[in-house]
Amino acid sequence: MTTPGDSAVVFHGVGKRFDDWVFRGVDLALPAERTSAVVGESGCGKTTLLQLVNAVLRPDEGGVEVLGNAVPDTGLEAFRRRIGYAVQGAGLFPHLTLVENVSLLARLERWDDDDVTARVGELFDLVGLTRDLDDRYPHELSGGQQHRAGLCRAMMLKPDMLLLDEPFSAIDPITRVDIYGEFETLQGHEQVTTILVTHDIREARRLADYLVVMGDGGVVQAGDLEAVVSSPASDQVNRLLESGA
Amino acid sequence: MNLRALARATSIVVAASSLAATGEPIVVASKNFTEAYILGEAVAQLLESEGFEVDRKIGLGGTKICYDALVAGDVDVYVEYTGTIAEAIKDIDGEPTRQKIADALAPDGVEMLGDFGFNNTYALAVPREVAEARGLASISDLPDHPDLRMAVSHEFLERPDGWPGLQQLYGISEVPAGIEHALAYEALEDGSIDLTDAYSTDGELKRYDLAVLADDRGFFPVYLAVPLVRVDLDVRAKTVLRRVAGTLDDAEMSDLNAAAVFGGQATESIARSYLVDEDLLGGNGGVDAVARDSLIVRLGSNTGRHLFLVAAAVIPATVVAVFLALGIFKLPWFARAAVYVAGLLQTIPSIALLALLIPLVGIGWLPAVIALFLYALLPILRNAVTALTSVEPTLRRVAVAMGLKPSEELRHVFVPLAMPSIVAGVRTATVICIGTATLAAFIGAGGLGDPIVKGLALNDTRLILEGAIPAALLAIVTELVFEWVERLLVPGHLRSSSTTAAAA
Repeated sequence: MTTPGDSAVVFHGVGKRFDDWVFRGVDLALPAERTSAVVGESGCGKTTLLQLVNAVLRPDEGGVEVLGNAVPDTGLEAFRRRIGYAVQGAGLFPHLTLVENVSLLARLERWDDDDVTARVGELFDLVGLTRDLDDRYPHELSGGQQHRAGLCRAMMLKPDMLLLDEPFSAIDPITRVDIYGEFETLQGHEQVTTILVTHDIREARRLADYLVVMGDGGVVQAGDLEAVVSSPASDQVNRLLESGA
Repeated sequence: MNLRALARATSIVVAASSLAATGEPIVVASKNFTEAYILGEAVAQLLESEGFEVDRKIGLGGTKICYDALVAGDVDVYVEYTGTIAEAIKDIDGEPTRQKIADALAPDGVEMLGDFGFNNTYALAVPREVAEARGLASISDLPDHPDLRMAVSHEFLERPDGWPGLQQLYGISEVPAGIEHALAYEALEDGSIDLTDAYSTDGELKRYDLAVLADDRGFFPVYLAVPLVRVDLDVRAKTVLRRVAGTLDDAEMSDLNAAAVFGGQATESIARSYLVDEDLLGGNGGVDAVARDSLIVRLGSNTGRHLFLVAAAVIPATVVAVFLALGIFKLPWFARAAVYVAGLLQTIPSIALLALLIPLVGIGWLPAVIALFLYALLPILRNAVTALTSVEPTLRRVAVAMGLKPSEELRHVFVPLAMPSIVAGVRTATVICIGTATLAAFIGAGGLGDPIVKGLALNDTRLILEGAIPAALLAIVTELVFEWVERLLVPGHLRSSSTTAAAA
């Protein structure tokens, strides 16, 4: 386990290419039990960076350490189950009800029914979902409800880390503000290390303690939110910060 | 004393059981036209009257199927024509004598018994009153009647063993018109033509009261009907079958055919009255064999058989296609290749596929089930592969990132999401097989095709409907059953009937 002040995720000179290099020479140390936001224009490799953390992608150079160890080569399923994952659009399975979606991993891990019920109840309370929605299919839920469910699914197994890939960007602005509040409640309760990928600097400033600005094939600036805001490393960072002011 | 009685009893039991072991039923087959049905049934009843157990494969789909099955040992006896043996089966040069035919059949383990007596070959038919008025008795008389209005079938007009050869041999200078064979009898009846070609045992010859001109120079090839048997057939059975030799002439066979086509009599009872009239039946009488099952019993057994064929094909096809799809859908090249190959199988005409399977697995239900299995693969495989490959990329990404194992991913994500399409594929395959299984009658697999094939051959609408209506009902019931299955397996909003609601 990690404690505040440790680094939960460390990148050592990481490079990733598909046809061309997405980025190279990325060095990062993201703080444990805090929320780090990764921002930058689309195409700068934010999502790629996130997928290197849960080993959906592998670096072409350099290495990634997660929770104190190098990303493993085997036993990836067990590794990934310690890392919650939520995406834009929620990505709920349309053939499963709300509660089936949220509890799927716990069932696969053979949790007791009581434990499942208790954990689902706890998470629903934190994000403001009511139990009368349990048996609804995703298409019978509002966008906001679906995204709350997506967060609950990611948190079901009490993971050590939470990866969020633009999870709030498809929600209408009013609901989004509500969900920010619920996410903060959830995060405060669970104290889970979170990496949030977003293109919305306002969202980053609202939710994150640590900011990673990407661009030009690498990391432009990384540091505590206040430090980056008070002294932007370049005009590019400044423009980005001002775009959400 | 007691010991002797015991010994005798034991020897009787042993003898009886060894009899039972060697006493496998004799498989009697026939092709699927009127005369073949009657003669096949006659052979079967004759054997039964002598106490042989008979398994009927009446109405198989053609010469090749019957002969191949005979050679393969799936059939023990069927009635064939000497001309067909000489021309189509063995390609015998020159005059096909009995000896030449017997020599040609011997390597196949096939033996030809004595012929029924009639010659079902081409014939020239003239209305009886015209023949009598003009004194026409043989083809040699034709050159003296150049005013005779002649029309023959298009095929006969072209074939070397038809008009061209006939004209040369008999020195006939007039050229007949071509006419559709089915219309020729009507044309003779209403007097618009005077002469046409026919088969010499057609039931129509009797019905339309036509005279056949004698082929006095022996132009037409001889088509004597002979029982073909396997050489290893029980000698006693062969002896029984030799009784039919010389029992029917052309006119008598024509009468029997007419009784089936125009008299509406069942071929079983026609065969029976022939055997009785000729006093051929043995001590067992074979009375039971003639009593046809009631309509309900026939419907039940045909439908049951049909369902068996379809289920035995579709269930394994579903398993194979779904597992194949699961194995290859992540490999685009393999997925495309598999769907392509399955599609290729689908294009093989069913009767050809059935014929190809006979040398490999014989006749009966097995080749039918194999063929249906191959036809059922495509719709299921294609639907499954398409559905699996079109699962939303976001869901695939989430499934991996969540840490689902490949097997869990299949079970909890891919299979349920593809389920509506898989069920629809199985449904399509089942309906296709219900239709195609009617063709299984051609290879003696039974089912609802039996009455259909026979009804077509005998021009008997009632028989055709006896197969066609239950087959149609079966297709409808299948649709209903699959709606129910879909309700069990697929949540309402994902069913094919409602629009697919993907989570936005």
